[in-house]
Amino acid sequence: MSLADYARQNGLKRIGARPALLDYIAEAWKRRDFAYTMSLYNSQAANARNRLGRWWVVLVPTITALVYGLIFGVLLGSSRPANYIPFLFTGVFLYSFISTTFGSGAGAVTGNLGLVRSLSFPRMLLPIQATIQQIFALLPQLVLLLLTWVVFGMPITWNWLLLVPIVILMILFSTGLALISARLTVHIQDLTKLIPFLVRIVFYVSGIFFNMEKVLRNYPTALAIEKYNPIYIYVSLARATGITGYTMTPFMWYAAVAWAFGTLAVGIVFFWKAEELYGREE
Amino acid sequence: MAEKSNETRRPVVVVDGVHIIYKVFASGRRATKGASVGSRKFSRRLGLREVHAVKGLTFTVYEGESIGIIGSNGSGKSSLMRAIAGLSPIQGGAVYASAKPALLGVGAVLLPNLSGEKNILLGGLAMGFARKEMVENTDAITKFAGLEDFIELPMRTYSSGMSARLRFAIAASRDHEILIIDEALAVGDQEFRNRSEARMREMRDNAGTVFLVSHSMKSILDTCTRVIWIEKGELIMDGEPQAVVDAYNKHTGSTTID
Repeated sequence: MSLADYARQNGLKRIGARPALLDYIAEAWKRRDFAYTMSLYNSQAANARNRLGRWWVVLVPTITALVYGLIFGVLLGSSRPANYIPFLFTGVFLYSFISTTFGSGAGAVTGNLGLVRSLSFPRMLLPIQATIQQIFALLPQLVLLLLTWVVFGMPITWNWLLLVPIVILMILFSTGLALISARLTVHIQDLTKLIPFLVRIVFYVSGIFFNMEKVLRNYPTALAIEKYNPIYIYVSLARATGITGYTMTPFMWYAAVAWAFGTLAVGIVFFWKAEELYGREE
Repeated sequence: MAEKSNETRRPVVVVDGVHIIYKVFASGRRATKGASVGSRKFSRRLGLREVHAVKGLTFTVYEGESIGIIGSNGSGKSSLMRAIAGLSPIQGGAVYASAKPALLGVGAVLLPNLSGEKNILLGGLAMGFARKEMVENTDAITKFAGLEDFIELPMRTYSSGMSARLRFAIAASRDHEILIIDEALAVGDQEFRNRSEARMREMRDNAGTVFLVSHSMKSILDTCTRVIWIEKGELIMDGEPQAVVDAYNKHTGSTTID
């Protein structure tokens, strides 16, 4: 009798074997309190180190938006989109959530090796924890965003409630991105150097500070492709809920839902496939 | 918990021909002989080196045993322990166990920016314990680690001895079926060592299996019922603690037992 048979006969299980996908997700769900508590503590610790503490959570995107507003607002001149400040703030705030989630997902496994090497738990919780941390930062930003809408004279309507499903879909989409980047950086550490460029490129092609329809009106192919750009879709949907002069189409909703669940599913499977590799020596 | 079989001893951990190979980017100047200047430069930069840390180890551990693992530095002890705990991947063979082993290593920092208290809670939650249970145990864990005055400070401010004590206290707060302690006690002071050795014996008596990696032959002899000696990733000797330790001491040329 081989040792493997002997072990199995005595009810021993193979250690380190990747669990089945559903077991894995169930195990992660059981420890959701860990992911939540870790993200809460991490954001508290991150805020405690600066004098202005948690205010930076809203200050950083506001300053970013103001800088872009100043530069592009002047550059674009009369071709500025309508209601430029609410338009720009919506784009910058939402995109900063998606991009920081993607970026912090990249460090979720590689930056917590001490934890990965000393405790065994579904590693998926690490990128998820990084995402939750960004959600904590997003909520005050959304409050500030609605304030800017009001200040710049956007009428308050029931349509604003549509922001809730839009933000949820965007969070699901970003969680998928965080899972993907978490695994990619484990394979290729160099990727962390490229992420800022990637984030910048997507920023420029997603209509964060300019009106896609206006700029690309002479390039129908490019515009047709942009209609599928998930970031453009989430930002446009959010703008259409409250900023005068912007509308949503059913297609945008279908695409937003498809991107959210598609990216999340791909992210979970992609991350889970390498579960055995996390924490190895390199 | 587990019933004692009368006829045969119940195996708890089966290590079956385990190989561990690390692929490391070597950055040193280990120029290949006879190569041309250009290719040497290239190979130095992309010097992917394989380190065969564990070479086909096989052994079986039974219920209620506590195993001492000895060997010189770099012999593959820690690699093997991490593989048993399922924390680092193996390239050949397999490890089977009756429960997921909990590993307590010396290099492991949990979350350096968080206080000891928060690390206690998070460590427990990650191991799958309920929040209520961990909150109730926090004081006992702090007391066991002897860190009452420092538990509010971030863990990065702890000395290595203090953080090792805290990690041990977290892991030992609950009975584990299989607990692996990798030199985690070496940095503690004598008083803490006595306390933790007592706790290890207690866990072993509760039908738990303990692996202890240590360079202190005294700790090994005091707590273990069986000793495995590994050298260069291969098994040299496996048996009665006194016999293995004597052989090891003879090999290393040391006469004292600590």
